[in-house]
Amino acid sequence: MIEARRLPARVRRAPERFRLLTAAVSVAAPAVLVGIVIVLYQEAAPAIGRFGVGFLVTANWNPVTLDFGALPFIYGTVVTSAIAIAVALPVGVAVAMVLTEQGAKGLRGVVGTGIELLAAIPSVVYGIWALYVLAPFVFSHVEVPLSSRFGFIGFLSGPPRQTSLFTASLVLAVMILPTLSAVSRDVIRAVPKGLRESSVALGATWWETNWKVVLPAARAGIFGATVLALGRALGETIAVTMVIGNRPEIPASIFSPAYTLASVIANEFTEATGQIYPAALVELGLVLILVAFTVNMVALLLVRRTAAISA
Amino acid sequence: MRRARNHWRGLKNTLALSAVYALTGLALVPLALVLGYTVVQGLPAAIHPEFYLNVERPVGIPGAGIAHAIAGTGIMVGLASLLAIPVGVVSGVHLVEYAAGRWASWVRLAADVLVGAPSIAIGLFGYVLFVAPQHHFSGLSGAIALAVLMLPVVIRTTEGAVALIPASLRESGLALGLPRWRVALQLVLPAAAPGVITGALLAMARAAGETAPLLFTGFGNRSWNLDPTQPMSALPLIVYHDALTPYPALQQQAWGAALVLVALVLVINLASRWVLRRQIRLAGQL
Repeated sequence: MIEARRLPARVRRAPERFRLLTAAVSVAAPAVLVGIVIVLYQEAAPAIGRFGVGFLVTANWNPVTLDFGALPFIYGTVVTSAIAIAVALPVGVAVAMVLTEQGAKGLRGVVGTGIELLAAIPSVVYGIWALYVLAPFVFSHVEVPLSSRFGFIGFLSGPPRQTSLFTASLVLAVMILPTLSAVSRDVIRAVPKGLRESSVALGATWWETNWKVVLPAARAGIFGATVLALGRALGETIAVTMVIGNRPEIPASIFSPAYTLASVIANEFTEATGQIYPAALVELGLVLILVAFTVNMVALLLVRRTAAISA
Repeated sequence: MRRARNHWRGLKNTLALSAVYALTGLALVPLALVLGYTVVQGLPAAIHPEFYLNVERPVGIPGAGIAHAIAGTGIMVGLASLLAIPVGVVSGVHLVEYAAGRWASWVRLAADVLVGAPSIAIGLFGYVLFVAPQHHFSGLSGAIALAVLMLPVVIRTTEGAVALIPASLRESGLALGLPRWRVALQLVLPAAAPGVITGALLAMARAAGETAPLLFTGFGNRSWNLDPTQPMSALPLIVYHDALTPYPALQQQAWGAALVLVALVLVINLASRWVLRRQIRLAGQL
């Protein structure tokens, strides 16, 4: 200790300098995060000033008369994401259950690799596949039969279109599946082994153990995984843009074309002229990113808390 | 009575088990379909050598290619990596070395939230910050948007890989009297290198496949261009724009570009797995 105190000041300060230097570099991530919000807010300011809070609850979208409201896009974003979650959640949890099973190592390897590849495929490739393969198939095998038989129910009414809210939701479901199953797998794996073993020791079947013991224990974490997937679904742009039909209205039927926040920006921003029109599009982006950030933070808290409880 | 109930329980178990496996199988159907269709539809275009050597041509003139898009993707992802990987790795090292600090938890939170940022909003950010002041689209602005996308991925994977290195390695370095920066950069980071490289490769694969951040930054370009101050094409941009045209020739070109893109992304992914497997073997030796 006495020796250490006699070291020259240069040597003693070195670790502190390293800390400050790396800390300075690590400013990048928080700076970008805050920067995005500030930059988008400034750019959207003309639209925010002109439309106020009414922007969020108005359904007009008319670049000619410069009347802008975000409601059709909020509706499209929320409905596509909700349907996607409803479709993907059971599949994702089932995949997570298989991935956390003790036996069947070969099968687990195939499923795990497959899900990882699913996550690796670029959004635009899902888009071109959905546009040329999924949309025509869904149109003739799901939308037409359903709307002709159950068309009297409002949200299934016709006439159906190939590019619709429903088709976009299905692509989204495929795209959020890897997030859902990977995070669910982690939280199910974090459930204490003793719980599962006690249940089996009491004579419960595989299904009873999973349904009544393991899944309830992992419930908060699976909810967190769902919220995380919701965050991904809200912000997904390209694949949705290619199959949603791009119509700025609130449709009665899920088989009709619609629009999302992300896809209207993707389609219209490069051709938006004047001051108010681009500002309104940037404001949509601001709404999107603020919602996505909030959803993400909630999900992280949920997933972390489950991990902390089981640890 | 009890036997009947146990019979029912067993039946329910079998049914539920079959349902779970059926749903799992269902999850892999889209993968097979997307890959299958991309190969079948993309091969007619991608099988010709000139597809990789020529640039786009007007509709109806044969011999069109996507060389400019391959070059554009390479340049923009390369520049983005030069920006994002060093910053991300140093940030990740800071997160492990000073994990307890309040600043580290802020950086971690920022990276976690940034991972979920909608890519189209990152594109808008790049446009407002770099395209609007210069009054024209450029490959450089596209690279910056992609770097924003890569940064949080690199930070978190570096943190994960460095945190896996046993404390004994760091302690022996410190015990030998090495200053902390040398322990972190010359001892711990090289030991964690395979994991760090894996993270960087995965971030590059993700950036190579992104379309939305490039729509208002790189923008796309129909001719050969290696100058990052000019508008630049990219593989995802070709797929996006050509798939939405009514011309079969361009649609075929879009499928071809999609096949090249999928092949590129999957090769990077497989390479990163290979590097990671070496990491695990190395960690076993430590």
